[in-house]
Amino acid sequence: MLNLSNIDAGYGGFQALFDVSMTVEAGEAVAVIGANGAGKTTLLRVISGLLPASRGDMTMEGVRLTAIAPHRIVETGIAHVPESRRLFPRLTVEGNLKMGAFIPAARERFAERLAYVYGLFPRLKERRNQLAGTMSGGEQQMCAIARALMSGPKLVLLDEPSMGLAPVVVAQVFELVRRIRAEGYTVLIVEQNVAQVLKIVDRAYLLEVGRIKASGPAAALLASDEVRRAYMGL
Amino acid sequence: MDCQLDIFFLEAVLNGILLAGLLALLALGLNLVFGVIDVVWICYAELVMVGMYGIHYAHKGGAPFLLAALLGILLIAAAGALLHLLVIRPVLDSAPINQLLVTGGVLFFLQAAATMAFGVEFRNIGIRLGSASLFDMSFSWARIVTFAVALGGMLALWLFLTRTYMGTAIRAISQDRQIMPLMGVDQRKVYLVTSAIGGGLAGLAAALMVLQYDIYPQIGLQFGPLIFMICVLGGLGNMIGGFVAAFIISQFIAIGGSCFATEWGYAIAFLFFMVAIFIRPQGLFARRA
Repeated sequence: MLNLSNIDAGYGGFQALFDVSMTVEAGEAVAVIGANGAGKTTLLRVISGLLPASRGDMTMEGVRLTAIAPHRIVETGIAHVPESRRLFPRLTVEGNLKMGAFIPAARERFAERLAYVYGLFPRLKERRNQLAGTMSGGEQQMCAIARALMSGPKLVLLDEPSMGLAPVVVAQVFELVRRIRAEGYTVLIVEQNVAQVLKIVDRAYLLEVGRIKASGPAAALLASDEVRRAYMGL
Repeated sequence: MDCQLDIFFLEAVLNGILLAGLLALLALGLNLVFGVIDVVWICYAELVMVGMYGIHYAHKGGAPFLLAALLGILLIAAAGALLHLLVIRPVLDSAPINQLLVTGGVLFFLQAAATMAFGVEFRNIGIRLGSASLFDMSFSWARIVTFAVALGGMLALWLFLTRTYMGTAIRAISQDRQIMPLMGVDQRKVYLVTSAIGGGLAGLAAALMVLQYDIYPQIGLQFGPLIFMICVLGGLGNMIGGFVAAFIISQFIAIGGSCFATEWGYAIAFLFFMVAIFIRPQGLFARRA
């Protein structure tokens, strides 16, 4: 579904990603794990077009992402739930969901998609007229995921969904991720919470200082000494 | 000084409210553009001036007033879009002072060009709507119509901003510019649409103002400072704040003008503004961060 080959990217003179190649197949849940500053967020930003790649190629179901404008990438079926949620704080929950359905294909099916995400997250329906910025962190994460689903994506990119949330809420957020997987979405998730994320994905890539250091089935990485020592403190 | 709480005082208050409608409409366009693009169109009142000339000449050329007004609105909407493409877009990433100076340049350019093209004479479109009497008070129909149409225009904008996708994007973009591409929003298009709407509002104001005011190249200087004062008092970029501030300022002008002289009305309004800004530099209704 998603194919990255030999991607370099960075900010100004600082290179953050080196020769990154990876694939995500339809129906899979894949994690990118690694320490703070390893380039995980940069990787997602490159895929969704927020940051241009300086080298390499990316395709989504055969469409070259490097050849289209950033705001067209969501039309290929990629929805990005950004780090720290980034809701529009002074729009209502429903206003945020409307923004998620901005692309023409999604507008046509707005009522249907809205009913679908409200069915998935009834809490959002209760709060639909509340300003998004006034909700709790967990509810905001729910709203950010729902906003991404409004575009009718095939692949959902999740950037540190558990960041900044209380431990009890973190468990709820991982439950949300498990649910959108069950809904049939392909998921690419970036997390520092390595132990938990490896339990809900099929495969993972380990990113270290901008390079892919290891990859494989989640269970194998979970069992590997390298991952256990470096990222789980075991 | 001649100020009693009599029927003429009430007349002044009501005339102040009627004036507020126009000032609120003028402030709204400027606030919309600033709120979305983060650039102040110092030349806003000069766009209105150009619109007034456009409507004047279209009417003189034989177009019925409503058609001339519509042409004026479209003309200034196009001028707003053009201003964005030619002047603002190249300086979007420049320092704010440069953006101010460049639109200030447009101000003087438009004034000078209007003087060259139309001369310095005062022109009047020559439409008299007469006035309505209520008890011992008298209100010009031009002001009443202006107030009603200005409110209607603001309501239409509010519906656009709250009901449509583009309107929602216009409200969202100032809250988080960077993630707009993730929503599939082309920021450049939102800026262009906003500029055209801002221009269209200036055109609508122009269509209303030709009914009340003579047209001359410097008319922008009469209204420009007033519009900025209202926007800043209401919190620059805050559309609701600008609306409320228009009603406050116009009362100072109307009551001050009725009790003393029109010039005093303006002086008191600006004095109030300065004191208010000393006390609340962010405006009475700060732009919610």
